[in-house]
Amino acid sequence: MVEVTWQGPDVSARQNVEDRARALNRLRLSDDVFRIMTRSAAMFVLAILGGVILALFLGSLPALREFGFGFLVSESWNPVTEKFGALAPVYGTLMTSFLAMLIAVPFGLLIAMFLTELCPKWLRRPIGIAIELLAGIPSIIYGIWGLFVLAPFLQQYIQPPLIKTFQNVPGLSALFEGPPYGIGIFTASLILAIMVLPFVTSISRDVFDAVPPVLKEAAYGLGCSTWEVMRYVVLPYTRVGVIGGVMLGLGRALGETMAVTFVIGNAHRISTSLLAPGTTISATIANEFTEAVGDLYTSSLIALGLILFVITFVVLAIARYLLMRIERRIG
Amino acid sequence: MDTAIYASRRRRNHISVAASIAATVIGLGWLALILGSLFWQGFSGLSLRVFLENTPPPGSDGGLLNAIVGSLIFTVLAVAFGTPIGILAGTYMAEYGRHARLTHVVRFINDILLSAPSIVVGLFIYEVMVRPMGHFSGISGAVALAVIVIPVVVRTTEDMLLLVPDTMREAAASIGLPRSLMIQKVAYRAARSGIVTGILLAVARVSGETAPLLFTALNNQFYSTNLNAPMSSLPVVIFQFALSPYKDWQKLAWTGALIITLAVLALSITARALSAARKTS
Repeated sequence: MVEVTWQGPDVSARQNVEDRARALNRLRLSDDVFRIMTRSAAMFVLAILGGVILALFLGSLPALREFGFGFLVSESWNPVTEKFGALAPVYGTLMTSFLAMLIAVPFGLLIAMFLTELCPKWLRRPIGIAIELLAGIPSIIYGIWGLFVLAPFLQQYIQPPLIKTFQNVPGLSALFEGPPYGIGIFTASLILAIMVLPFVTSISRDVFDAVPPVLKEAAYGLGCSTWEVMRYVVLPYTRVGVIGGVMLGLGRALGETMAVTFVIGNAHRISTSLLAPGTTISATIANEFTEAVGDLYTSSLIALGLILFVITFVVLAIARYLLMRIERRIG
Repeated sequence: MDTAIYASRRRRNHISVAASIAATVIGLGWLALILGSLFWQGFSGLSLRVFLENTPPPGSDGGLLNAIVGSLIFTVLAVAFGTPIGILAGTYMAEYGRHARLTHVVRFINDILLSAPSIVVGLFIYEVMVRPMGHFSGISGAVALAVIVIPVVVRTTEDMLLLVPDTMREAAASIGLPRSLMIQKVAYRAARSGIVTGILLAVARVSGETAPLLFTALNNQFYSTNLNAPMSSLPVVIFQFALSPYKDWQKLAWTGALIITLAVLALSITARALSAARKTS
């Protein structure tokens, strides 16, 4: 009897301790498993980037070995004789993106100025939301619109007068010569500008909004006009952020595929005229990759992809660095 | 003298304000023009047939059934592959390694992947999946899209978990909850609507992606749900049909474009409403 009463609690207590230890062990194990899973997932993101670079590099090796550095500076693109060079698409990519930013940046900044300084309060949210929604529209939509609406319109109404106006102006005549094709570098730049406009606008608005009101109020108090507040207070204060936003938009423009492919004309040549058809890296890949016959052709296209990735990587890295700097200052 | 300076300052201000308003009107007007012509062209072709019949050969009638089904499959698979990895990586960054070096590096790389050219992702998957397999396939298209889903989900998950107050974590820890359970039962629950918003945004992003599918999933003229064979998708069909010389195909391309735009707009508005509801509550 005595033994039983003494043993009872003892056994159950030991049982309890063991249960508890087992439960704790299980928890510790699941804790470790979960931590390791999250850590590996984070590393996986890095692995994706490494994988992209490695795969593109290995894929482009045959072309790089065959053409060497000449690949970067050669303009020829001849699938029949298997002579490939990246100059024309690289030029097209840089040129269209540059022109697009030339249009989109002033527009984006002016719209951001409107939204932060001039717009009545009740209108601010709807316009802001509209711009953010437009930033989410897939690029193929812009492409199909460019092909069926913008290109014919430009061909009929805008390009002939442009050609006529500038044909006797020295210097500028070269930029606007040739027949009005409708499609070409000029049209592609316009579409790109429309596409990146929402990005540039929403980032500029965000950094303008981050200017401490005290600064602006002080300037207004001194009697500054709206323009002077923008020019001498807001812009200097947000310069880094605005440049970051512009670079982010540039990164988008450089890598944009579908909006450009529809309207660029896919011609592998560099012409001085902005109205002539051209090509960009992404348009070349999109148009030719599935039809590429032979390893060298495919490899040359992958090498183009590698060049594009390196360019956008550098641009985006600078953008992120600048935006991080301004975030640190605000936060 | 003074009045001259004053007048010129005023003039400059008027010009810049006018330019600002003009830019807003032109910019928004232009974007409205695009949506307007999309609706105009797309609605006229919208009918029940579009959802019930497959893509036609040139010159005959048909719909977009195989493309719509393909796009749905791609989206579901891409989210199924990409979301768990994205959420786990975001969890590491916000919960375990908030100040770790790895987190800073991953955040930087992830932000770059977020806006990296999607056509490069297509080339990447071509190299690692299509070439070894020897043929184009639906599954490689889904993986390519998953690569695009991951950065979006990582970003929103991290942001949303960082918004969860640390006092909640401390309260959970103080009653003896192990860290992994604290994250799963407390932090995830508090950040749930934000994480769902991120997933919706990712869906919106991939549902219009064309470039990564061009040479991974390719296209298929027929109804096919075989993941080991080329599969059709809305964006690729739009690309192919819009560039074709056939009027019926071009019309279908417009209709497809309208469907995608409506889907994307619906998704982003839902995501926005979700996050707005969270903020006010």
